[in-house]
Amino acid sequence: MAVAKAKGKVEVLTGNYAAAWGAKLARVEVVAAYPITPQTTIIEKLAEFVEKGELKAKYIRVESEHSAMAACIGASAVGARAFTATSSHGLLLMHEMCWWAAGARLPIVMTIVARAIAPPWTIWNEHSDILDERDTGWLIMLAEDNQEVLDGVIQAFKIAEDERVLLPVMVNEDAFILSHTAMPVEIPDQEVVDEFLPPRSDKPYILDPDNPFTHGNLTYPDYYMEFRYLMERSMEAAKQVIAEVDEEYYRLTGRRYGGLVEKYRCEDADVAIVAAGSSAGDAKEAADRLREEGYKVGVFRIRFVRPWPHEEVREVLGRMKAVAVVDRSISFTKGGILFTDVTSSLYGSTPLVHGFVTGLGGRDITVNHFVDIVKKVYSEIEAGEKGAKWEFYNVKWEVLP
Amino acid sequence: MVVTIKELPREELWLPGNPSCPGCPASLGLKLLTKALGKKIIVVIPACCSTIIQGPFPKTSAKFPLLNIAFECTAATAAGVAAGLEMKGKKDIAVIGWAGDGGTVDIGIQAISGAAERGDNVLYICYDNEAYMNTGIQRSGATPYGAWTTTTWTGKREHKKDMPGIMAAHKIPYVATASVGYPLDFVEKVRKAAQIKGFKYIHLLAPCPPGWRFPPEKTVEIGRLAVQTGMWPLYEVENGVFRLTGPSKALLDKSKRKPVEEYVKLQGRFRGLKPEDLKKLQEYVDQMWEEIAKRVKG
Repeated sequence: MAVAKAKGKVEVLTGNYAAAWGAKLARVEVVAAYPITPQTTIIEKLAEFVEKGELKAKYIRVESEHSAMAACIGASAVGARAFTATSSHGLLLMHEMCWWAAGARLPIVMTIVARAIAPPWTIWNEHSDILDERDTGWLIMLAEDNQEVLDGVIQAFKIAEDERVLLPVMVNEDAFILSHTAMPVEIPDQEVVDEFLPPRSDKPYILDPDNPFTHGNLTYPDYYMEFRYLMERSMEAAKQVIAEVDEEYYRLTGRRYGGLVEKYRCEDADVAIVAAGSSAGDAKEAADRLREEGYKVGVFRIRFVRPWPHEEVREVLGRMKAVAVVDRSISFTKGGILFTDVTSSLYGSTPLVHGFVTGLGGRDITVNHFVDIVKKVYSEIEAGEKGAKWEFYNVKWEVLP
Repeated sequence: MVVTIKELPREELWLPGNPSCPGCPASLGLKLLTKALGKKIIVVIPACCSTIIQGPFPKTSAKFPLLNIAFECTAATAAGVAAGLEMKGKKDIAVIGWAGDGGTVDIGIQAISGAAERGDNVLYICYDNEAYMNTGIQRSGATPYGAWTTTTWTGKREHKKDMPGIMAAHKIPYVATASVGYPLDFVEKVRKAAQIKGFKYIHLLAPCPPGWRFPPEKTVEIGRLAVQTGMWPLYEVENGVFRLTGPSKALLDKSKRKPVEEYVKLQGRFRGLKPEDLKKLQEYVDQMWEEIAKRVKG
């Protein structure tokens, strides 16, 4: 298939402005939002777009994140394309409505600026907030850079509104590392996005007085489980839709991200670093350096945490000698959240899986850390280690007063 | 805008035979709401008795679009519905939030305050049965002084929260009280509110037979006694102008008001009321009317 020459203008954008541009290009019709650091510049930019008449949308300046999602649910239930953005405590307050949006099968898209959770107060990056939503029925995408944030929001609406899916999508950007860091981003032409993402269909249902029905009423044990089974089937079907959408986007813009996962130099690797979000870029840099030293290292970037790329994990990571899972989250006594998912998918496979919980509360994960982690794992392979284990990495006891 | 029963549509959009308790005021209220406004409505309902009485999936008692939503966010969800409809160019559909007292005066007060302040184009109706009836008669902020509930075994020690007053303080274009004891007064207010753009609030007193401990055939009688004793004044606040309506217009004169005792004696929930409690309740009502007199004089 011929690839269209990428059209658009390049601007230097923060991740937050990239998210706002993504929502604008997707022609969102209702924005309901409440400010929280570091999400604020997304909703400020959208307010500017709306007030300048550059985006035709209703902007509901709600009084909480809980109401933000509630309003998105109402708007989406009557057929409008609805968008919001939040972070950390805002997402936790919204948690109940995240379940509701997914259970109601509404194609809402939300940008999350992943931020650690208090106490103690913190505003910096970590993935514990977004990964806390992994069982709600939302698709969860983690972007690596600002271009992917913009492209991801547009792709997310296409995926969410597909009749095989009809589930909401979160698009994650890491707090400050992406949200407040400017980099060149290509803004696709509106016609290109319009061709990719037509107006939302009223099918299979919207609330309509001419075709009245009751949505979400009491459901006895005879039916409830079937609703959840349907969600599981749609989440499974989303894997194919995500791949198709990524390819179609590639044809129109020349950019694609690998669908569920991005495999970087994994073909001949015997150790893979597993990472998600912005730190995957540093992991790739580390892999390049290590390869110069003779280590056969690849990076397996988890782009979608839900639907979980079980097949890709087994196929690609299953053939490694060792896997280093670098997590920006902690499930106490169980390790990083990606680590627990990777190890369960690798059940019955042979690689050593070593989880590293690090980068919590915004602590840097550097290229040197990835290099150190990989060398550590290599020494474990040589020592004949098997199975799965995890550790807190880069804890500095000496800094505590 | 005087409404007579003859001009109400015969068609039932809220179906009879639904699983409400005998004498249910919420079911009566929904019937009156749909008769007042007809088909062009979308109704948002949170966790409350109306969650149950709409019937379980795959059945429904509603012949209008009904969106169920979580307990505390009726107003925010309705605001989203209104925004979505506006973007879709659908201007002839009234968006209704229909919630109980718990979902309004307690857990939902943040969302309703936000929607009111923003002026979202929603008609919010609180049907007030003065406790968490759906979960088994627990005390709410709307439970009156002295009432027994399953979390106030010896009677509630605090007075009812003045929710219509709180909504009027938001300076929204329309606030009204109503009682299922006076159905046409309620219908008139619903119709009037639906014509106004912005956030509108109607607080409908809904005497609950099992919760208030009275026989099911007395719902309307008790709904009327609440008004006649002055316990529940009927009024409107339209663009800031306060006006008593219906039978309450005649009650500024204390001698025209029936003693509160006539209202409470029919209800088992007040059985434990001591004479001093009854006196306190009467004083509360009298003082409320003194304040009303000031508002009427303006």
